[in-house]
Amino acid sequence: MSELNNLTIAELSEKLAAGECTSVDIVNDVLASIDSNDGKVGAYLTIDRASALEQAQEADEARAAGKKLPMLGIPIAIKDLLNVKGQPCTCSSKILEGYVAPYDATVISKLREAGAVLLGRVNMDEFAMGSSTENAALGKTSNPWNLAHVPGGSSGGSAACVAADEAIASLGSDTGGSIRQPAAFCGCVGVKPTYGRVSRYGLTAFASSLDQIGPLSKTVKDSALLLEVLCGHDKMDSTSIEMEVPSFGKNLTNDHSLAGMKLGLPKEYFVEGMDPEVEKAVHDAVEHCKSLGAEVVEVSLPHSKYAIAVYYIIATAEASANLARFDGIRYGLRVDGKDPLELYGKTRAAGFGPEVKRRIILGTYVLSSGYYDAYYKRAQKVRTLIRNDFAEVFKQCDAILAPVTPTPAYKLGEKTDDPLKMYLDDILTTPVNLAGNCALSLPCGFSASGLPIGLQIIGDSFAEETILKVGHAYEQTTEWHKLKPKI
Amino acid sequence: MKYEATIGLETHIMQKTQTKMFCACRYEYGAEPNIHVCPVCLGYPGALPVMNEKAIELCCKAGLLLDCKINPYSKWDRKNYFYPDMAKNYQITQADEPLCLGGHLTVEVDGETKTFTLERIHQEENAAKNTHVAGASLVDYNRAGTALMEIVSNPCMHSAADALAYLTALKQIMEYGGISDCNPEKGQIRSDVNVSVRPVGQKELGSKVEIKNMNSFAFIQQAIEYEIDRQTELLENGGSVVQETRGFDSERGETFSQRTKENAHDYRYFPEPDLMPVKISAEQVEQWRSELPELPAQRRVRYVSELGLPEYDAGVLTADKATSDWFELAMQHTQNAKAVSNFIMGEMMRLLSEKEIPISESKVTPEKLAGIIALIDAKTISTGAGKQVFEIVFNDGGDPKAIVEEKGLAQVSDDSALEDWADEAIAANPKPVEEYKAGNAASINFLMGQVMKASRGKANPGAVMQMLKQKLDG
Repeated sequence: MSELNNLTIAELSEKLAAGECTSVDIVNDVLASIDSNDGKVGAYLTIDRASALEQAQEADEARAAGKKLPMLGIPIAIKDLLNVKGQPCTCSSKILEGYVAPYDATVISKLREAGAVLLGRVNMDEFAMGSSTENAALGKTSNPWNLAHVPGGSSGGSAACVAADEAIASLGSDTGGSIRQPAAFCGCVGVKPTYGRVSRYGLTAFASSLDQIGPLSKTVKDSALLLEVLCGHDKMDSTSIEMEVPSFGKNLTNDHSLAGMKLGLPKEYFVEGMDPEVEKAVHDAVEHCKSLGAEVVEVSLPHSKYAIAVYYIIATAEASANLARFDGIRYGLRVDGKDPLELYGKTRAAGFGPEVKRRIILGTYVLSSGYYDAYYKRAQKVRTLIRNDFAEVFKQCDAILAPVTPTPAYKLGEKTDDPLKMYLDDILTTPVNLAGNCALSLPCGFSASGLPIGLQIIGDSFAEETILKVGHAYEQTTEWHKLKPKI
Repeated sequence: MKYEATIGLETHIMQKTQTKMFCACRYEYGAEPNIHVCPVCLGYPGALPVMNEKAIELCCKAGLLLDCKINPYSKWDRKNYFYPDMAKNYQITQADEPLCLGGHLTVEVDGETKTFTLERIHQEENAAKNTHVAGASLVDYNRAGTALMEIVSNPCMHSAADALAYLTALKQIMEYGGISDCNPEKGQIRSDVNVSVRPVGQKELGSKVEIKNMNSFAFIQQAIEYEIDRQTELLENGGSVVQETRGFDSERGETFSQRTKENAHDYRYFPEPDLMPVKISAEQVEQWRSELPELPAQRRVRYVSELGLPEYDAGVLTADKATSDWFELAMQHTQNAKAVSNFIMGEMMRLLSEKEIPISESKVTPEKLAGIIALIDAKTISTGAGKQVFEIVFNDGGDPKAIVEEKGLAQVSDDSALEDWADEAIAANPKPVEEYKAGNAASINFLMGQVMKASRGKANPGAVMQMLKQKLDG
């Protein structure tokens, strides 16, 4: 019999509607896949089997009672930084061990209302700080395509569980590439929505002006379906935008023509030191889009080269304040001291990992009196220039095609000794977060050693429909998304 | 050499909002600790602030009452510091773009009219309340995140009397404007005081000392006086003042060093990314301006010019809003302003202070007082009887008219009864009668008193006088 866990949201929704399977069947297959594979992949931090089966049961009953909901009975994995009432939310950090969330994030409420089954919590770099999930303090995650390689990060667990068919889809968060890069490394689809599209309420903040929650899935269509559920204004998040949410899923048709579409190719995105296999795969994808009728033009994003510097100033500055609340007073780990200051020091010394400490120190430094103007203020000015770059380019084209990462997934441990080298890998993803617009990552080939390569489709602010259309056309006329890893 | 002091105040005022500044929790003074809390005001992971629009309105109205310019664009900033009273370990405040700019306040200090200028008013969130007990510190987050505005004066005051007059006027205006109850005991008004001293004639200000977080006006006065003396003495003896933060020991009446400039916090302000900037249109400002209530100074003028009250009465009646509002209500039921004023300043204030209750809890309502005054004006009862009725109603409630009837307090103008009492008084007091007849007109007052006594206050004094004169002169 077909294993239901291998299927997509769209496929399973059809089967469920036709009465060919139940949500309990799906959850059972997913749990079986977790049992056989997750010992090697290590995507999950916690799974509440009883609760997942109970939610599936309820979904089946709702369906029997005639309820029609967009995610009814579909099991979704949740990145461990989203608050789900009654569940742990560790952010893969020791400092949040023992913390149980007292409330649901808005996206979680939306998933519940849409009928989804919340499956469990997946691993990540501690507080979303990292690009390989090796900074996780509470779990170790491998790339399903090659267990000796990293899954990417920070949403490494979210990408790995989807690639390994240990979930039908998952939620991740993207601050500087944390959805797109692991999606590329693991050969799945990931969307970083426009800043303000999705409520951040209940997302444990890393960098508030950059963070966005988004879907990771097996197909572009599935991401579109999930986005439709996740997007929308939330009065609990003042930075979420009051704007109608398009029918992202329904608007994707079987017409895969890109005629009339103008796609930009930024010359700055084919950086020195880029893996030739990645470069070739992306160029092949560009050619494929041309064959679908798209016109391709060269464009320029001249300030991209400053993106890493700007990103690591702004993100760390915001993080230094966002993470100040983890102090051992109200929840999570506490290491006692003789006075509050000592308690804070000891708790944070024991609770945070080295990368988190590094970024807090960096962020504290750039905000310090006497350095603020030189670092934070200047970074904000350059951020405006990066935003203007994109605004200029989107006058010339409908979407941008680019690589997601300079290389395919590297080996576990390969870059852990050199944080700066790992920072530089974010060069192709951070500009989008700084500018606030949207982007999608999807598979466009494999390296000779069998590791996935990702294509990035970047859209203007609130142009999710455009990038989904391009992605869907490319995906449905290629075979990459059909390949499965052998674990 | 002569020295002069310069003083500036940073006054924190808790606004009268239903809910906290950035979440939907209520604030209730004296509630059981940590019951009005949520993920936002407890700084839980993932929680986000949402601006309380009522607080913005109140802050801007406070600004309008103080003649500030309302900033069309203001923004939020994070002020970073670690302390258990701040759940997020940063406070959301306004650093460089506050809601209100400039402004001033005119007061009288020892008979001299002075205008004190303001630098700004900004909106922020309150800290939790820490209580230190033996071996432990307790944190009550009920107060955490409540709406708090900071009114920053320029360094424009020169004595403790200036500061006291400024604070008194500020408190009065905030109460009148419905911005805050400004109850110092409830921490609704707290001030940081900056004091410096320089030789008269020197342009630059002296080194500044900040005395933190005082709510009692009396302590603020003491602290300023102490600090001026301390700094002046230092300078007179050739020493210098260290720029620092000091606390005030109310038992010893002295300030003491808390933190020097070298150990000052670096708050690492930066724009709050979780909130959008606040944009306020000119139309909105005009709308708020049109809703502003009458201020005490305006009421004082009106009480004198329109109601014909003496300056003294107008001052007493407007000293606090509750009394003035009570007076206003009473005036809806009577034309006799002076009578209302006399009752408030006399019986009412005496009885309120005996009972230690606010005017809002008086059983004599504005309408009932108007009723008592109407009985007096109609000569149904004497003023003295009116006071008795007032006290009865104050203590036990009830309808003034019914009480007059029940207690038989109506004045007696009936000639036969008055005649009997007058005859009795004349017969029983030959000496004053003789004196009166000998030309001592004042002696009739004694006889008058006797009649009033005999009538137990019910005799109509005018009628008694007439009766006595008729008998003695005739």
